[in-house]
Amino acid sequence: MSEAARKLDHDAIWGADEDLSVLTFNLNGETFAIEATVVQEILDLLPETHVPGSKPFVSSVINFRGKVIPLSDIRLAFGMEAVEATIDSRIIVIELLLDDETTLIGIRTDKVNEVTTLPKVASEPPPSVGMRWRADYISCLVKRDGEFIIVPNLQAIFAPQRDRVGVAAGTN
Amino acid sequence: MSNPDPISVFRTEAAELLEQIESGLLDLTRRLDDRDQIDAVFRGLHTLKGSGAMFGFDQLAAFTHHCETAFDRVRKGDVPATQELVSAVLSAQDHMRALLETPNGDHDAVSAALLEGLHRAVNGAGMPASAPQHVEAVAAAGDDAGGMREWRIRFSLPTNAMANGTNPLGLLDEMRDLGECTIVADTAKVPSLDALDPRDIHLHWLVTLKTERPRSEIEDVFIFVMDEMELDITEIAAERPVAAAAAKVEPAAPLTPVFTEREPPQAANDPKQNKTAENVRVPAERLDEMMDRVGELVIAQSRLTQLAGTAADLGLRSVSEEIERLSGELRDTMMVLRMMPVASLFSRFRRLVHDLSRETGKEIELITEGESTEVDKTVIDRLADPLVHLVRNSIDHGLEQPDERVAAGKPAKGRVALSAHQTGGEVIITIKDDGRGINRDRVRAKAEASGLIQPGATLADQDLLQLIFQPGFSTAQQVTNLSGRGVGMDVVKKTVEALRGTIDIASRPGEGSEVSLRIPLTLAIIEGLLVRVGNGSYVIPLSAVEECLEISLEDDVRSRGRSFISLRDSLVPFLRLRELFRTGTQPDPHQKVVVISTGSERVGLVVDQIIGDHQTVIKSMSKLHHDVVTFSGATILGDGSVALILDVTHLVAVGQQQEAQLRAAG
Repeated sequence: MSEAARKLDHDAIWGADEDLSVLTFNLNGETFAIEATVVQEILDLLPETHVPGSKPFVSSVINFRGKVIPLSDIRLAFGMEAVEATIDSRIIVIELLLDDETTLIGIRTDKVNEVTTLPKVASEPPPSVGMRWRADYISCLVKRDGEFIIVPNLQAIFAPQRDRVGVAAGTN
Repeated sequence: MSNPDPISVFRTEAAELLEQIESGLLDLTRRLDDRDQIDAVFRGLHTLKGSGAMFGFDQLAAFTHHCETAFDRVRKGDVPATQELVSAVLSAQDHMRALLETPNGDHDAVSAALLEGLHRAVNGAGMPASAPQHVEAVAAAGDDAGGMREWRIRFSLPTNAMANGTNPLGLLDEMRDLGECTIVADTAKVPSLDALDPRDIHLHWLVTLKTERPRSEIEDVFIFVMDEMELDITEIAAERPVAAAAAKVEPAAPLTPVFTEREPPQAANDPKQNKTAENVRVPAERLDEMMDRVGELVIAQSRLTQLAGTAADLGLRSVSEEIERLSGELRDTMMVLRMMPVASLFSRFRRLVHDLSRETGKEIELITEGESTEVDKTVIDRLADPLVHLVRNSIDHGLEQPDERVAAGKPAKGRVALSAHQTGGEVIITIKDDGRGINRDRVRAKAEASGLIQPGATLADQDLLQLIFQPGFSTAQQVTNLSGRGVGMDVVKKTVEALRGTIDIASRPGEGSEVSLRIPLTLAIIEGLLVRVGNGSYVIPLSAVEECLEISLEDDVRSRGRSFISLRDSLVPFLRLRELFRTGTQPDPHQKVVVISTGSERVGLVVDQIIGDHQTVIKSMSKLHHDVVTFSGATILGDGSVALILDVTHLVAVGQQQEAQLRAAG
């Protein structure tokens, strides 16, 4: 992704606002943040049904109030190791517009922290070099208390599988 | 979810009205003298005009008015119904759709052209031209014949008529002298007492008169006031009872301007009013939502049943049984709510066939059967385009030109039959024609040319016919306006398969072709066989299951490497779902083979355990799993866990592939 495109992405998520209300959670020791507006619900772990033949990062489905929704492990999109569930593990259910269709997706997390506000001034687009992760999967990085909070680009991660190969390559 | 926009409600209603009008017109093309249809079309046009004007579709109302007037004349026998007239109104009716779509667009040129055509059609029948607004007056011409006739006379005098010396009572008396009279005064315009000027006339009169005297004599009654008054004299059809006419003009009823029409609006609206009383229009998504809730209820209920079964509480158990019964009934009722008769699907083909018949110069008779068969609404919506394509195909490729047909010893008129019937959990829709049938040689030549098959390859007849479902396949030598555009047969096949249906084709040279679509009754629910593979539960659609066999461990080991079982002298390939799903578990000592089929192709699925049959609500998989073709959906089991539903068509294809590979390997 070009510098300009990354800048665009970065601006898209912030818009004209100075603050972004987010839900923060942990994955393999890193702190991530998702826009609070897309979060539907936070669930305790549920029985999962494995979908044979699916991509590792959406390998199962769960019963979310009578709806069958995919459960995603986005750490696999970032090339992180899958880990065993702990007592703090939670599922965050988000609602995304994919191909003009609202889709509910469950995201596995190690721990859900808090709803907080991130200031725009502390944010910056992902650097084009020197990062372990695919830059287009990250909307921006926000500096807080000496560490970075990663705001993932959910649209890019869950985009209808155009770059599925990339995901698979990143995870296997 | 809030109150629906009245304009959009009107649009929906108008679309329905147009459909009714169209079907009436098409009926008329077959029986031009069908009074009921003429009346029905007139009523439809009338209602459309009225409500169109009410909702501000002025262009539509004005345009419809002319068609209505034309039909009014037909209705009264002033002009005969002719094919030209019906066709003119059919085209006009298409234009009405356009007017409905873009009420503010510039339609003047088209409107004028269509009206010109309509005018010609009406007057071509030898009737004098007239401004449509005054047809009533013209209708009077030449009906001075004797005999007892009944008239309805509506008249109103200028407000100041009494000041000019007119006595309405005198007029009424004169009419009484002509024959038996029923006179009703319309008091709708009488103002409140304080505003009432006793010297003014506020009343209107409606007179039903039985007389032998000609119309001119009735007009003579009003000869001195004719110029200032409004007079409308209509002959009432002999069979219409006087009482009914009188009842309709009850003074208490608010009389709208529409009332000047000859058919009283109450009568015109009657069928419609009955309809609204019986039907409630509900957006489909609300039904879906309710369906979801019911699905959840059924799941919660089965958990309750489990709990009650383990508890010793008799009271709890009886309540749980009661709830089980109720939720089961509720689910069944829900299913029925989504069902619609296929008539709504078939009706649109009458127009299509009518148009195609004109375009191609082929004479075509469309026969429909089993229109009352009910299918899920989604099925109806999705099947519309494929069926249009199939019917077009039948007409374009199948049916011959009349002279060719006669030469082949067939009636000049080609037949296309559309039928629907239900067997078990499926609906079978067939499109059958008596044309020339599918030309195998041409299919073969085309398939060879496009590399689908090897030149000279031996193919079973059915396999050869199935080739037409390949993408990009068309045997039409020249691409006409009809076929060879839009959806192809491959799209038809895909759509049908997406509906979990199958498509079969049969054709006899010289005798015609038949395409049958087998579609499950409903998409929302599935009758399935619940099986266990490894630690997971899966559902196999029961409609595809042929039989279940046991396969011993030894058999399994022995068959390894060839993956065939012999089933009553035929070899059936099988798939080990445990391997396909990479469960990584040990095979159960008593594995079962579930033999599934689509049409003539069969494949066995090796599972660890057959749990039993299971009826449940189908949930579609999200977009994120669209790449997983092995499963067509998911369902929620009694314990709240999710089971995946196997996609039979896909699995059979995998099995066939495997078979082909094995054969190739020798």
